[in-house]
Amino acid sequence: MSDAGAEVAEGTVTPTPPDRRRSLGVRRRLVPYYLLSPAGLFLLLFFLVPLGLMLYTSLQSGGLLSGGFRFTWAFNNYTDVLGQYQTQFVRSLVYSIIVTVAALLLAYPMTYWIAFYAGKWKSSLLLLILVPFFVSFVIRTVQWKFILGDTGPILGPLKDIGLLPQGFRILATPFAVVAGITYNFLPFTALPLYVALERIDKRLVEAAKDLYSSRWEAFRRVVWPLSLPGVFAAFLLTFVPATGDYVNASLLGGPGTTMIGNIIQEKFLTELDYPEAAALSVILMLVMLVLATVYARILGTEDVQRAAGANA
Amino acid sequence: MSAVAAPARPVTQPGPAPLNRPRKRWTRFILPTYTIVMIVYLASPIFVMILYGFNDVPFDRQNSKFWGFTLAWWKNVFNFPGLGDAFKNSLKIAPISAVVATALGTLFGLALGRYRFRGLGAIGFVIFLAIAVPEIVLGSSLLSMFVLTGVPLGFTTIVLSHIGFSIAFVAVTVRARVQGLDRNLEDAAQDLFASPVVAFFKVTLPLIAPAILAGFLLAFVLSLDDFVITNFVAGQETTFPLWVFGAQRIGFPPTVNVMGTILFTAGIVAAAANLVVQRRRQAV
Repeated sequence: MSDAGAEVAEGTVTPTPPDRRRSLGVRRRLVPYYLLSPAGLFLLLFFLVPLGLMLYTSLQSGGLLSGGFRFTWAFNNYTDVLGQYQTQFVRSLVYSIIVTVAALLLAYPMTYWIAFYAGKWKSSLLLLILVPFFVSFVIRTVQWKFILGDTGPILGPLKDIGLLPQGFRILATPFAVVAGITYNFLPFTALPLYVALERIDKRLVEAAKDLYSSRWEAFRRVVWPLSLPGVFAAFLLTFVPATGDYVNASLLGGPGTTMIGNIIQEKFLTELDYPEAAALSVILMLVMLVLATVYARILGTEDVQRAAGANA
Repeated sequence: MSAVAAPARPVTQPGPAPLNRPRKRWTRFILPTYTIVMIVYLASPIFVMILYGFNDVPFDRQNSKFWGFTLAWWKNVFNFPGLGDAFKNSLKIAPISAVVATALGTLFGLALGRYRFRGLGAIGFVIFLAIAVPEIVLGSSLLSMFVLTGVPLGFTTIVLSHIGFSIAFVAVTVRARVQGLDRNLEDAAQDLFASPVVAFFKVTLPLIAPAILAGFLLAFVLSLDDFVITNFVAGQETTFPLWVFGAQRIGFPPTVNVMGTILFTAGIVAAAANLVVQRRRQAV
């Protein structure tokens, strides 16, 4: 970036005595840290420290009724929960993969068309896509529960005219949970895709066409490769939170669709078994951390930050 | 809606040669039609929500039969026992957390977008993590901390947690705008003998104001919407989403739809205003 260069140039032309100039330089260099410190301190206290303390909790043992929990390096918490809740872990990962792929398939054609062909309607259409998500996550999901209900506005009439058997259900099936998560996380897929597609220089497609490529070929060899950073950002921003989701599974699912998030929240809030709950959460965090680190190493953090800041 | 008119427009639009030279095949309607279908699908629960807020059910639980049109739920929005308080609670938490998160996040975003400094990469990674982290991990880690330190759960812990997860979003929003700024403007102000502080307030701040506002609205909505993290740190306190989640097992009253509609409308107005402001700025 040119910022650093500008700073240096400015320093050399200022006619101040050398020692003062240096202290001014030092002060200038400290400016970003002053700006960072209030929020940095807050993030340290309410983001990083809690993560560390959760790690600490996960190694405690004991029980609430037997004199509270004590830190004992209880690594067996991890082996216990991994053995006991393997099904839910695997299920969460499988659901999340299906969700991520489905959301990408659903969102890509739409964001592609908006970014490339919607002209001056671009921002309005993007807004129309995002507008439903102003309504609370829980409310939207509750509405889906109502829409897909056994006697709801869709299944009810279909059963009445005999198109579906009376016992037919959508709720409490894996489909309902996967569909619910896909719906709820679609903006996390659509926004990074849109940001990446929108940044592609449209003249490149023109150039490809001038060079006698078909429209499909222009897409496959120009647009698709250039949109990959958006695809990866969308993957990360959808897959990671979807794995930890439990709201869809509790509202739209049944006993056979329990995800790891359901177990975590039940252990934390109902059973008050903090160490095991924390161990489960730490495992989820580690999976996320590995994915995020690999992602950041290869692709940098720029795309995700840009996608999250795209609402401005 | 205006979206219906969209497919035809770009073709007639003046300016650089449009990418979609009029193709005569029917296939050119596939993507625009698909986009409209998607928009309708995405909005479908919202339509249901708005419609059933006017449903004249004879009892106070949502029901799939539409019994007739009524404004009764609208007239008594805040009178439903428990729900009114939860809603007001949400409306108290959101502005506090949004104001603090905006103040902190704006400074953070300025530093990220404007300066190169030692540790920039690490800090960028923390922000990236704060955006990508699953809510359940954040919620459970905050609860772990509050339990270990013996902090009583309630209003304060909710507000602190909301500020915590909103900061990163405000920061990247402001950062995006700061990066797009012409640095020369501020230098010019300083050449004209404005102190760095004056230059900041007279030049930089007005230029990044839309991003600050957008960040504020985002933080507000994030706080209002949040269920997962709030559920972990709320203790006995309830917020609007928490109440709805608790009530849905036995069915929720149409009042919930009315409140949802109110919040939704407010969101649309804010977003539309933001869009108009942006349009005007681009036009200038």
